[in-house]
Amino acid sequence: MKKRDLWKKILSVAMVGALSMSVMGCSGGAMGEATESSTETTESSEAEESSEVTGTEESTASGDTVKVGILHSQSGTMAMAEKPMIEATQMAIDEINEAGGILGKQIEFVLEDGASDAAIFAEKATKLLTNDKVATIFGCWTSASRKAVLPVVEGNNGLLWYPVQYEGLESSHNIMYTAPCPNQQAIPAMDYLMENYKGEDGVLKVFLFGSDYVYPRTTNTIIKEMQAEYGFEIVGEEYIPLGYTDCSTVITKIQQTQPDVIINTINGDSNVSFFKQYKDAGLSPDKIQTMSFSCYEEDIRGMGAEYAEGHLFAWNYFQSVDTEASKAFTEKFKSIYGEEKVTGDPVVNAYEGVYLWKAAVEKAGTFDVEAVITACESGEVECETPEGLITIAAGTTHHVLQKVLVGECDAEGQIQTLWETEDRVEPDPWLTEYAWASKLTTDSE
Amino acid sequence: MDLLLMQLFNSLSVSSILLLAALGLAITFGLMGVINMAHGELIMIGAYTTYVVQNIWKSVFPESLFDGYFIASIFISFLVTAGIGVLLERGIIRHLYGRALDSLLVTWGISLVLQQLVRSIFGPTNVSVACPSFLDKNIEVIGMFSMSYKRLFILALVIICCILIGLLMYRTRQGRNIRAAMQNRPMAASLGVNTARCDALTFAIGSGFAGVAGCAIALLGPIGPTIGQSYIVDTFMAVVVGGVGRIVGCITGSAIIGMGGPIFEFFTTASLGKVLIFIVVIIILQFCPKGIFSISNRVLDE
Repeated sequence: MKKRDLWKKILSVAMVGALSMSVMGCSGGAMGEATESSTETTESSEAEESSEVTGTEESTASGDTVKVGILHSQSGTMAMAEKPMIEATQMAIDEINEAGGILGKQIEFVLEDGASDAAIFAEKATKLLTNDKVATIFGCWTSASRKAVLPVVEGNNGLLWYPVQYEGLESSHNIMYTAPCPNQQAIPAMDYLMENYKGEDGVLKVFLFGSDYVYPRTTNTIIKEMQAEYGFEIVGEEYIPLGYTDCSTVITKIQQTQPDVIINTINGDSNVSFFKQYKDAGLSPDKIQTMSFSCYEEDIRGMGAEYAEGHLFAWNYFQSVDTEASKAFTEKFKSIYGEEKVTGDPVVNAYEGVYLWKAAVEKAGTFDVEAVITACESGEVECETPEGLITIAAGTTHHVLQKVLVGECDAEGQIQTLWETEDRVEPDPWLTEYAWASKLTTDSE
Repeated sequence: MDLLLMQLFNSLSVSSILLLAALGLAITFGLMGVINMAHGELIMIGAYTTYVVQNIWKSVFPESLFDGYFIASIFISFLVTAGIGVLLERGIIRHLYGRALDSLLVTWGISLVLQQLVRSIFGPTNVSVACPSFLDKNIEVIGMFSMSYKRLFILALVIICCILIGLLMYRTRQGRNIRAAMQNRPMAASLGVNTARCDALTFAIGSGFAGVAGCAIALLGPIGPTIGQSYIVDTFMAVVVGGVGRIVGCITGSAIIGMGGPIFEFFTTASLGKVLIFIVVIIILQFCPKGIFSISNRVLDE
């Protein structure tokens, strides 16, 4: 009996030990990753010489390397979406380092986990700027995290490259937005729907459905303002909390109101629940079409292509875009991170952010934040990317010129382009070009 | 009319999933007074087990037998989560009986560990399972109202689980022992019931049903490391409202939370629906602090 007790005790101690080990293992892993940095020593003395030529003595770019921060969620509900962004950013940094770095300096990155929590994003951004003294930060996904980081980069005179489509009505002096604002995604998408999805009575009936936070609500406010000008009818507007898994009630409401199209601004894994339950309810895109603004190839991979097939998506880039640069990018991304991986608009935006920063630094001839921002505002900072030539618009909007695509998901989970704008669309985050939006801009000022 | 039926069917379906998750919790919470915050993660492990079984099945068996994986994974999920349940109970939770706050903290910690463990193994990306073809259909009833086989299947699965638990608790010797230990532990022990074994077994069964719930959830939505979190609050509410330790209470509780949520949501919005259901729970608990069906016993020290 005693022997048995002893044995049990040993076993339980071992269990506790194993569990605590796995805890430490995890945090150890995270720590390891957090401080992991790509330090490839410069191979050429030329590089060193050129860095002496610039001769700037900034804390951000001491010695042969320049430090940058990557700030994305590696844990929590956004981890799924933000993981590929980290990978794309690292890929760009590695490529630049292999090609000789920026101004002769190798890029060294500090990776921080925002943990899907806006407060942690702000805290980590402060740490990156004050402790690590990084030259710039690449990161954030949700508007909540960007809004939290905004005062930090403004207060510490940092620079953030933000890679995800968002609601617009913002342009911070210290943020560069490589993603579309509403006039580069939502508004052209509505144009497309007006042309192709009007009901039999000649009126487009729209149902707005999104996650309950700032991006979907603001986007839908913009769409509601468009109503008078465009003449479509909004038959329903519903929001579900982030991470919500049961969309069946909203689907019932959709069936009740019989719209021509659903504007889907759900973020994160609720998308999977929505598309699965949409099919379960006996609905399909040929009965009621959907148009998604915040669901890309990676989300489709997570839910299975059969659920997304035939649905519409609006972005500035799809993995299926048939150009040499796009194919080469996808191939390289897959060869590094795994054959099953997919790319998409946010991934490419994260990737091109690094290159745009490189172009801006090279134009400025220094890593100094003010000089880099001035360079960006010149309208001459541009680079060739998988989605084509991307230029930072002249002036203080801090957004980029890019094309807008609308596509339909095929049986393989790839979004095939159906329609695209002829030229690149000028960013207009404050919607100043649109008369119907005058109320919005005065409201938010 | 068809919309009303559709909404009713949806609510029933939500309730059934909730019930499956709550059954396990009701047993552990009821018997041992352990607030097992890691119960949601057991659901998550059940869902991931389904995913793993699917992949192994795909590589071992020919294409024509693919649909069989789901039936197999129900049993395998049960066994895997029951096994993890026993390990947790024997290794950790057993030492914390009678220390409600400590057990709350420890199980919450365990839930974080399990989440991160799964994230390390399967990555942060969601995975999904292919629905077996025999469930991937709808029957059109009237008008727009159609019932998906998946949801009907889950409903049937829940009914079978309820009957099995009912039989176990009220028709077997083991069930009698469990109920005896639940109502008066020292007395049961002095009458020769091995309460420690009872605890382990109960915890295993409770955890096993969480695994089955995970298996069912895998059909409806995404499988990710945090999937358990989205069910745990509703599950606890169902157990508390229904009354701890009674299966009929658990069914009632799940029905109130599961039916009420979608119905309120239908007339208001998702966020407001949640608020209203919380208000209902608060009102119920005002009048029946121990839940709608509570066990009356003679233990004085409660």
